[in-house]
Amino acid sequence: MAFENDVDVEHSIHDVRMAAMKNFETKGFPSKKEEGWKYTSLNSLQKVDFSIFPKEENALEYKDVKKYFLHEIDTYKIVFIDGIYSSYLSETTHDGVDICLMSSALTKPMYKQVIDVYFNKIASKDDSLTSLNTAFSREGAYIYIPKNKMPKKPIEIVHFATGNEASLMLQPRNLIVVEENAELQVIERHQSLTANEVLTNSVTEIFAAKSAIVDYYKIQNDNATANLIDNTYIDQKDRSLVKIHSFCFGGKLTRNNLNFYQNGEHIDSTMKGVTILGDKQHVDHHTLVHHKQPNCESHQDYKGIYGENSTGVFNGKIIVDKIAQKTDAFQQNNNILISDRATINSKPQLEIFADDVKCSHGCTIGQLDEDALFYLQTRGIPEKEARALLMYAFANNVLASVRIPELKTRINKLIAKKLGVNLGFDI
Amino acid sequence: MLKIKNLHASIDGKKILKGINLEVNAGEVHAIMGPNGSGKSTLASVIAGKEDFEVTQGSVEMNGEDLDDTSPEERAHKGIFLSFQYPIEIPGVSVTNFMKTAINESRKAKGMEDMPANVMLKLIREKAELLDIDRKFLSRSLNQGFSGGEKKRNEIFQMAMLEPKLAILDETDSGLDIDALRIVANGVNKLRSDDKATIVITHYQRLLEYIVPDFVHVIHDGKIVKSGGKELALELEDKGYDWLKQEAAI
Repeated sequence: MAFENDVDVEHSIHDVRMAAMKNFETKGFPSKKEEGWKYTSLNSLQKVDFSIFPKEENALEYKDVKKYFLHEIDTYKIVFIDGIYSSYLSETTHDGVDICLMSSALTKPMYKQVIDVYFNKIASKDDSLTSLNTAFSREGAYIYIPKNKMPKKPIEIVHFATGNEASLMLQPRNLIVVEENAELQVIERHQSLTANEVLTNSVTEIFAAKSAIVDYYKIQNDNATANLIDNTYIDQKDRSLVKIHSFCFGGKLTRNNLNFYQNGEHIDSTMKGVTILGDKQHVDHHTLVHHKQPNCESHQDYKGIYGENSTGVFNGKIIVDKIAQKTDAFQQNNNILISDRATINSKPQLEIFADDVKCSHGCTIGQLDEDALFYLQTRGIPEKEARALLMYAFANNVLASVRIPELKTRINKLIAKKLGVNLGFDI
Repeated sequence: MLKIKNLHASIDGKKILKGINLEVNAGEVHAIMGPNGSGKSTLASVIAGKEDFEVTQGSVEMNGEDLDDTSPEERAHKGIFLSFQYPIEIPGVSVTNFMKTAINESRKAKGMEDMPANVMLKLIREKAELLDIDRKFLSRSLNQGFSGGEKKRNEIFQMAMLEPKLAILDETDSGLDIDALRIVANGVNKLRSDDKATIVITHYQRLLEYIVPDFVHVIHDGKIVKSGGKELALELEDKGYDWLKQEAAI
């Protein structure tokens, strides 16, 4: 492929790319006729003439983008500007762990073994958008944590779009391998800095080996002309624990495809989400947990607050294979509509082939509890603040599992801001 | 302080209160008794400003001011407090943060600055001690997983924090064992003063042994059918409510 000329690509990767390109060319962008895209339309995006690679390299000053980092604490940073790695804003390491770049991992011989074993191994070969990413991606985060290791600090993966292109399409590709008994915390963010339209089609592959612990936080608070399609694939082995939090407060269109594959026993997969949208924002949370072995658990807890003309989708698919006895799968999706014009489509999808399992799912769509509102008002809390407090409380239990205190404080503030109130405290 | 004149109220077209007259002055404790479904809790909710109830006739005045069209929070700012029969569980908001918000919102409404954090903490500690409340309790989510007794104690704790002029205790004794009842009653008694008034709504005379009322009123079918001193409560305990129902029917 043409762009491969500027990077020295292994033959094997070239073949992977060609196959992916072929799949995308056959399938094209998904349409609303497909079950999985019934409620999310990509039509308007396809009319935009996105440039796939920026014409020039762009730079940013740290002080101008500091607020998008969790600057209260020290972190490793892998930062991209319009899809190109910014060594100036990044802080990578090879000290016992590899926290660096996909482009170097794909080209340097020392990473070849890991790339051969893991690259594009759990990501779908069938999904057209994943294929599009596989075909065109050349940059992203590469993280390799060897056995029993834990990086000294959390890792931030941040993608900035400068708006120097009228409309830009980004294809970030991340590979994260956490070996046996190793541990990792990641915060991922996509941030557009102007009103120029951006479409990010991201693919992340996460491999959690035996007893590995992965804590992954997605902060989706992008501006009103940014679109994100996030495809995350997680492969888990025995006794591993992977938790993904999605905080979805911004963006024009956000599609989250979280796919968990449990390839071992006593695995715990957790997905939590808080969505607070207004305006004409649209979010689509598509989760998949494939229980392929016995004695595993999965937990899903998504809270949504939808105002104005916003629309939301939650589609939670759980597959329990015949062999996966003693599975404990829990799924919950609670929504509050605070406007008559907001809509939510919530759909559990359970395919259970084993007989000794515990699967529960619950979905609620409602308004705020009027009795609770009255209770708060009788204590002197005005209606607007009382409503905000109740919404805050509604979303709050998802925050309880955030293990980075400074991040929790940040999210709390974002939620308060999004609800338009100053509650005077952080819960 | 509180003047209720010929109050009629209904919910979903169903008449519940059918002409209540009641005057409560500073320093007084009034007990309102009556059988289930007589309108006791409705009266409490209407005074606190619950919008589900429609006031079709009559008025509620607080210190000479008609409360018609006054929101529940404005009534709270004017010094009205309702201790709920069934306090609402609010997961995700701790007792402490809830109290901070309530106190500072009330202060804001009166044009005052936020209460300094150290003053707030001291106040919380003092009032918690008054009601024998454990500090751990204060960091728990409001009413979530609280026992019946803890919920009621927490209501009186909130009352102690907010220092209302008029406290309405709706069935505060229900679900309390005798020890919890003593603690709650003791808390209420310590908060009594010449410039404050209390309305105790109860089904049984038991609570009135601890919170001794100046006046006792009996509600039946949305009206006060009998008023008297504290001895009326004893009479009711003795005879039950049936004789009053018969008397009212005549």
